[in-house]
Amino acid sequence: MNTPLKARPASELNAESLYQELLQQMRVIVAKADSPVRLVGIASGGVWLAHRLQADLGLEGSAGVVSSSMHRDDFSTRGLSSMSVQTQLPFEINGANVWLIDDVLYTGRTIRAVLNELFDYGRPAAVKLAVLVDRGQRELPVEANLAIARSDLPATQLLELSRTEDGQLTFGIEATPE
Amino acid sequence: MRIQRNPQLNANGELIHLLSTEGLSKDVLTNILDTATNFVSVSDREVKKVPLLRGKSVFNLFFENSTRTRTTFDIAATRLSADVINLDIARSSASKGESLLDTIDNLSAMAADIFVVRHNESGAPYLIAQHVAPHVHVVNAGDGRHAHPTQALLDMYTIRHFKGDFSNLSVAIVGDVLHSRVARSNIHALTTLGCPDVRVVGPKTLVPGDMAQMGARVCNDLREGISGVDVVIALRLQNERMSGALLPSAQEFFKSYGLTPERMQWAKPDAIVMHPGPINRGVEIASAVADGPQAVILSQVTFGIAVRMAVMSIVASHDA
Amino acid sequence: MKILIKSGRVIDPASGMDAQQDVAIAGGRIVAMGPTIPDFTPEKTVDARGAIVAPGLIDLCARLREPGFEHESMLESEMAAAVAGGITSLVCPPDTDPVLDEPGLVDMLKFRTKKLRQARVFPLGALTRGLKGEILTEMAELTESGCVGFGQADVPIVNTQVLQRTFQYAASFGYSVWLRPQDYWLGQGVAASGALATRMGLSGVPVAAEVIALQTIFELLRGTPARVHLCRISSAKGLALIRQAKAEGLPITCDVSVHNLHLIDVDMGYYDARLRLQPPVRQQVDRDALRAGLADGTIDALVSDHNPVEADAKNLPFAQAEPGGTALELLLSLALKWGQTDGIPDRQVLRALTRGPANVLGQSLGSLQDSLGQIVIGGVADICVFNPTDEWVVSDGSLRSQGKHTPFSGYALPGRVVTTIAGGFVAFDSQ
Repeated sequence: MNTPLKARPASELNAESLYQELLQQMRVIVAKADSPVRLVGIASGGVWLAHRLQADLGLEGSAGVVSSSMHRDDFSTRGLSSMSVQTQLPFEINGANVWLIDDVLYTGRTIRAVLNELFDYGRPAAVKLAVLVDRGQRELPVEANLAIARSDLPATQLLELSRTEDGQLTFGIEATPE
Repeated sequence: MRIQRNPQLNANGELIHLLSTEGLSKDVLTNILDTATNFVSVSDREVKKVPLLRGKSVFNLFFENSTRTRTTFDIAATRLSADVINLDIARSSASKGESLLDTIDNLSAMAADIFVVRHNESGAPYLIAQHVAPHVHVVNAGDGRHAHPTQALLDMYTIRHFKGDFSNLSVAIVGDVLHSRVARSNIHALTTLGCPDVRVVGPKTLVPGDMAQMGARVCNDLREGISGVDVVIALRLQNERMSGALLPSAQEFFKSYGLTPERMQWAKPDAIVMHPGPINRGVEIASAVADGPQAVILSQVTFGIAVRMAVMSIVASHDA
Repeated sequence: MKILIKSGRVIDPASGMDAQQDVAIAGGRIVAMGPTIPDFTPEKTVDARGAIVAPGLIDLCARLREPGFEHESMLESEMAAAVAGGITSLVCPPDTDPVLDEPGLVDMLKFRTKKLRQARVFPLGALTRGLKGEILTEMAELTESGCVGFGQADVPIVNTQVLQRTFQYAASFGYSVWLRPQDYWLGQGVAASGALATRMGLSGVPVAAEVIALQTIFELLRGTPARVHLCRISSAKGLALIRQAKAEGLPITCDVSVHNLHLIDVDMGYYDARLRLQPPVRQQVDRDALRAGLADGTIDALVSDHNPVEADAKNLPFAQAEPGGTALELLLSLALKWGQTDGIPDRQVLRALTRGPANVLGQSLGSLQDSLGQIVIGGVADICVFNPTDEWVVSDGSLRSQGKHTPFSGYALPGRVVTTIAGGFVAFDSQ
């Protein structure tokens, strides 16, 4: 785990520069790893990140994608969420060294659902988590192994990652829907 | 005449019961098919379960016997982590004279969340849906001759899987259309999804002329019926049809309407052959076709589980 | 009892009278009519201002379920419902339990209904024993007990030779035969044949079932003239055949039920079992033809086809539900509704409920034939006073019948009965 980061104001959350820092740190991790690192992007914010990292790190094969929709805990209140992205793990999950990649870590519920989903497929050797932004306010005992920045946004605001037409990543702030 | 709201939908237009493919919009049908796509992969996982219906009870109420359909609902509900209770009504209270609604009330008192109902009378699931408490959902597994919506949905899923878009397709439904709930549900689903050419094929005793008002083209000649089609759906011919002067014999039916490799040449070369099952070899369909490369009957079965998982998750997620 | 009905609009369809006047009743008869009636001290006065004073209604088809449902006091409740609906005479079909094929049963029924001092009950006897269509009933004995005709209710006679012989036997004595024309084999379905039944997966009754039965009856009549009353016609084609047969001079009359006059197949919506009816309600074209037929007199009478179906018997899948609905209290209002919608004058609407059915009963009424269904001085005092514009909503609470199932539930209908006088007695009074 890193030493505690100082929270950055929202205006300083530049997705592209945060990504570059993430890439740098992941290079070190990949170099030191004693078994192949398997990147798995968490749908939907982590998917672009995982694919880009896979390419930029020159890893073999493709990054996996994991969806939390089958294991969400809010089914009875929110119903079936958009199920447009499905879990795809293009590698042997049993014994794998998995790094989950996501844009924002918040309450931790998505991570819990994603872990359940992964374990439906098999038994990885280890699962670690890397995120661009940790905005605190955890509701479950979950932490990222690697968080590039911290943010103290209030609960009334959502931090969303999006991609411009030319593939550039940016963070946007929106009001939390009712 | 009083206008009634479609009992399948709540005030927000969300699906709370699945009773018929009729009256459901293209969006509702497409959403079910899209959701089913996610569930197809569940059978490939090591842990073939997702917790979406954990804690919910699914009661299979089959007033008409059907091991196959009941088994697929059983599997589908189990894969959603629901508790499944199978009720063989024929041997139990209904045969002791308990009325349909009394049976439902007793079962509801046992905290049922979803009733999957198959009944020999058209309209029975509507009566049940009007009667149950708001949190209870009804899925029609076949009512009389009227509807078999989950079969139609899995048929649509199958067609979409092999053929893609509905807007350029020709589909022929061959056989005892008069008595077929599968045929009716398929016609509604196909026309709603935009299929421009739906044909019903069979002798006049088994294919009523007024089916044309449902949007299907009525053909009494097999060649005319399946010429150039992309999909042939063969329906099961039941033995009872021979009494009641509807047909002289199964052999004569096969002679005029059975699907053989030679006759399948009238359809498009890449046409697929479907059947809701169980097949009567040598009656609706020759073994060579049923076991041949055009038949996708086993895929239908696989997709049936995913479609039923989708239907149950969707209705359970909406409040009345 | 001396009764004075004051200031009402008196309509007598038979004579064409339609005038504001008082009506004086004494000793069970109408003794005077006029703008005022001097020298008459009534024991009871009915305020008929704003109301129509019509002959008491005659309903040619209403089931009282007696014999059969004595334990539920069905007779009492249904007879009370009848007079609340302005009905002073009703004909009940023979499909009771047991079937009305024994004089003793008819005697008992007449005795019990007379005691109630409400509507007159004219039972139809069974045409064949047990309605089985095989053996003739003792029609002379049954007539002596009070039967006004003989019928088969909803059970067609399959054997054409038996049917022919019932005509021959009945004709020997001048008895009338009441038949609902429906071929047995083609009539097995539960809904009207057509695109709707096909879509709903319900077995259909084709129009051919009615047409074939009518053709059979007419051909037999040509060989054996007998008075035949055709009950509850359902189709345009059937009606057209009846029109032709009447023009030909065949001795037939016919009626239509309030259900076929107002409802069509699609009214069943999502399998509403209250639309499970016999005969089934058909398509728009049939309804239009029946309405025109009632208006032009081809159809002689409008009937309630009352059947007080129990609650549980409708809480079943459509095909299994018991056919029929409660309608005694709806007959007048549904007739007025028809009149309003199609622009039929009140006198003509009332004719279908009074003079028309009286003519159908004809000689079987005996001495009543001269005045039943009419308002005439010296005639029987069977009167219905009603407010034609008052609306009421059909609901469980507003019905006196024990049968609460009707496809018209929730409808707001015109026409509220103020007072019903039967045989000179006030049988119902809302004032």
